Amino acid sequence: MTSMGDKAKVKARVGDIVFSRLARFSGIGILVILAAVAFFLFLQGLPALLPGADFVGKADNPLSYVAPYIFGTVYSSIIALLIATPLAVGIALYISHFADRRFSQVIGYIIDLLAAIPSVVFGLWGILILAPFLNPTYVWLSENLNWIPLFEGQVSATGRTMLTAGIVLAIMVLPIMSALIREVFLQTPRLHEEAALALGATRWEMIKMAVLPFGRPGIISSMMLGLGRALGETMAVALVLSPASIVNFALLTSQNSNTIAANIALDFPEAGGDYRSLLIATGLMLFLITMIVNMIARYVISRRAAFSGAN
Amino acid sequence: MSTRVDLKDLNVYYGNFLAVEGINMTIDPKSVTAFIGPSGCGKSTLIRTLNRMHEVIPGAYVTGELLMDGENLYKPEIDPVTVRRNVGMVFQRPNPFPTMSIRDNVIAGYKLNNNRMNKLEADDIAEKALRGANLWEEVKDRLQQPGSSLSGGQQQRLCIARAIAVEPEVILMDEPTSALDPISTQAIEDLAVELKKDYTVVIVTHNMQQASRISDMTAFFNIAGTGKPGKLIEYDKTETIFSNPKEKNTEDYVSGRFG
Amino acid sequence: MTTTAPIIDTSNTLPRRFSLFALGGSVAISLSVFILAGFTSEDGIPNFFGVGVLAFIFYMVISFIASRAVEGRRKAADRMVTGWVTAAFTLALVPLTSLIWTVFSNGLNRMDITFFTNSMRNVLGEGGGAYHAIIGTLELTGIATAIALPLGILTAIYLVEYGRGRLKNAVTFFIDVMTGIPSIVAGLFAFSLFLILFGPASAINGMAGAVSLAVLMTPVVTRATEEMLKIVPNELREASYALGVPKYLTILKVVIPTALAGIATGVIIAIARVIGETAPLLLAAGFTTSVNFNPLEEKMMTLPVFVYTSYAIQGTDAQSYVDRAWAGALTLMLIVMVLNLIARIISRIFSPKF
Repeated sequence: MTSMGDKAKVKARVGDIVFSRLARFSGIGILVILAAVAFFLFLQGLPALLPGADFVGKADNPLSYVAPYIFGTVYSSIIALLIATPLAVGIALYISHFADRRFSQVIGYIIDLLAAIPSVVFGLWGILILAPFLNPTYVWLSENLNWIPLFEGQVSATGRTMLTAGIVLAIMVLPIMSALIREVFLQTPRLHEEAALALGATRWEMIKMAVLPFGRPGIISSMMLGLGRALGETMAVALVLSPASIVNFALLTSQNSNTIAANIALDFPEAGGDYRSLLIATGLMLFLITMIVNMIARYVISRRAAFSGAN
Repeated sequence: MSTRVDLKDLNVYYGNFLAVEGINMTIDPKSVTAFIGPSGCGKSTLIRTLNRMHEVIPGAYVTGELLMDGENLYKPEIDPVTVRRNVGMVFQRPNPFPTMSIRDNVIAGYKLNNNRMNKLEADDIAEKALRGANLWEEVKDRLQQPGSSLSGGQQQRLCIARAIAVEPEVILMDEPTSALDPISTQAIEDLAVELKKDYTVVIVTHNMQQASRISDMTAFFNIAGTGKPGKLIEYDKTETIFSNPKEKNTEDYVSGRFG
Repeated sequence: MTTTAPIIDTSNTLPRRFSLFALGGSVAISLSVFILAGFTSEDGIPNFFGVGVLAFIFYMVISFIASRAVEGRRKAADRMVTGWVTAAFTLALVPLTSLIWTVFSNGLNRMDITFFTNSMRNVLGEGGGAYHAIIGTLELTGIATAIALPLGILTAIYLVEYGRGRLKNAVTFFIDVMTGIPSIVAGLFAFSLFLILFGPASAINGMAGAVSLAVLMTPVVTRATEEMLKIVPNELREASYALGVPKYLTILKVVIPTALAGIATGVIIAIARVIGETAPLLLAAGFTTSVNFNPLEEKMMTLPVFVYTSYAIQGTDAQSYVDRAWAGALTLMLIVMVLNLIARIISRIFSPKF
């Protein structure tokens, strides 16, 4: 019995050791890459945070420089979420519970198609098509409803406003959010749905009773996911938004708080010295913000055991 | 090509938990031995120690000796992988490799281990194994089709062919028919009885009638309570176990008073 | 004294065609409002989007009143929700249709041989093309895949087949972190890396761009491969072990072939995702008007950056720059859609059944 055994034993050992080491090495490589990302960015961004940094007039100090951009990043993403979430829930509901099976499959594919379109194409469409299209509406809003603080200010002549950017971002995160929520809705236990229907509930009442409560953690985590994506989005904002370095809540003007990412995209190629380090530092800040948002999302997912099946 | 199997003071652990305790028994060559007992009594755990599959689970180990033709398979120098090349196993649910054809499935034991052989040799081995598993006539015209294209019963016979193609000493069957319909079950049972002409067969079954139909010797296992280790209660000729058992525990089980 | 009522009482349901008629009526009313009030463009054509919105409002009001009166509160609520949900769905289709339509109709203007065979070298107005950008995109995406594929798949193998304990938890956690890296941060990283390693003269080149893409691709490939490896039933691994096949051969010859279709799908989708990334390439690979075949030297143009710069940095004839931008966008979109389609087809045809 050991005749075939000895030779094979030695060979197998070597193969197993080599391969498992390789796999392990790869895993460690991931950790190394991330450490490298953090390290190199920190190294490059450090000069901006030291006293005596010279920003060639572009900024007074790092904090006052980045504040409007942090505001712009968060503000535009929140607008995007406010628009995208109800739409995503509506679409997901439509596909999971209102449309008939075959039709909903096709629609699912089409919505996923939206997710595949690169952001620069969205940006182009946003600035050349959407902005001019929305402009008359903005003018109307500015003339008739400008007692609402959000609609104050000199209305933009081109439509390149915070609101337009928010809408484009919303359209961009919509497919991912609705795909996730759709999955969760489809996983609602049939038992609960049938119990509601057997009690004589209308379709909407059944959804209220069985589908929405089950899907709530999914909706929340998709919101976090969408938020994470919107926070990091660069090109669509860079093309659509008409930027200024101020904090501005107004939605319809051309003086909009830019986002960190778009600001880097616009200024980095020409920047040098300490100003470039400052931009890198803002990039690190963005990374930190998105990392926290993603971690919260994972936490919410992991808490609900019922949701883990949907993943 | 068949061996006597001796278990000496075998204890089976999952980490700190003792699952099966103090097994001492001898399994005769060229026979069918059935392991029976209620759920959780450790019979599946025990059969997996016979080809050192038990250790695949992290933290699982065995103390004691397992002798095949006098050689202790649990000696530190011995590689479990080698043991498994000499002891074949058939599982509860048929598991042919879905990316391989029927023929390739049969000779998988050679192919996966990079054993070079020319096409003629391979075809011969495949035919011999498929005949041995009573499957040749049904698949001889479609050997290139994927393994998963067969029915459940045929897939299980394919798995048996795969096991015997490498000419093991012992064949282990872990509840091979519990996922099959009655007709396929019948086919597998007939096959098991035929196989004992050339191999030592050990079969785990929760179906007592099956054990009484096909086995020569039967081992009855039981646990004292939940969380307690499984033990060998009685091991004797099948007729004795089912008509005239010595232990009351055994009699209660085979007459259906529990289980 | 006994009254016999029918078992199913239909006296309080609106007729089946009701929604259709209500919708038609609402559109008619809305159209007339727009035309009469003069909310039209110079040609006298009303803004269809506005007509749609107003029609929707009318429809909801009419349905609500009628349904409330005839069918009762609960049924009315059900109708309203159906209306909202359908509207949400239709609304989402509007930008998609608009976008695809615009990209196609505008992009087709420059879908000519010149566009695909010329770069922008010495071109300030008409003519020129995206040849240099297409070459760059193909090369850089290829290099990025060559890096991310082995790294991602091996990491997934580690996580599913070998990983245990603290290292595994750490790797899983950081793969999650990596999926969340904003693309521009990946670009900053690649730039910083090359700056520190090779000095300011060689900081921006094709390779840096490929590295930034690889950073973005690897976690996607890892996650997708992980999912596919987990789907392979454990029984197949056991069958292989029982035949005396060592672990590494089981992984290489049983697990991976079984998961292969899914892994291929995941890789193609990861490629589709990074091929459209602009920001990191803008920073790390730069902008140039000439063709450059060598990723190790000099900047390299890529398709998404081409689209962006064609619009944002214009020369003399603005319209031709815009035309080139649309043409580039169309090319990019077609590539991405074809990749997605291929991924789906592979998934459908080659997935093993078990």
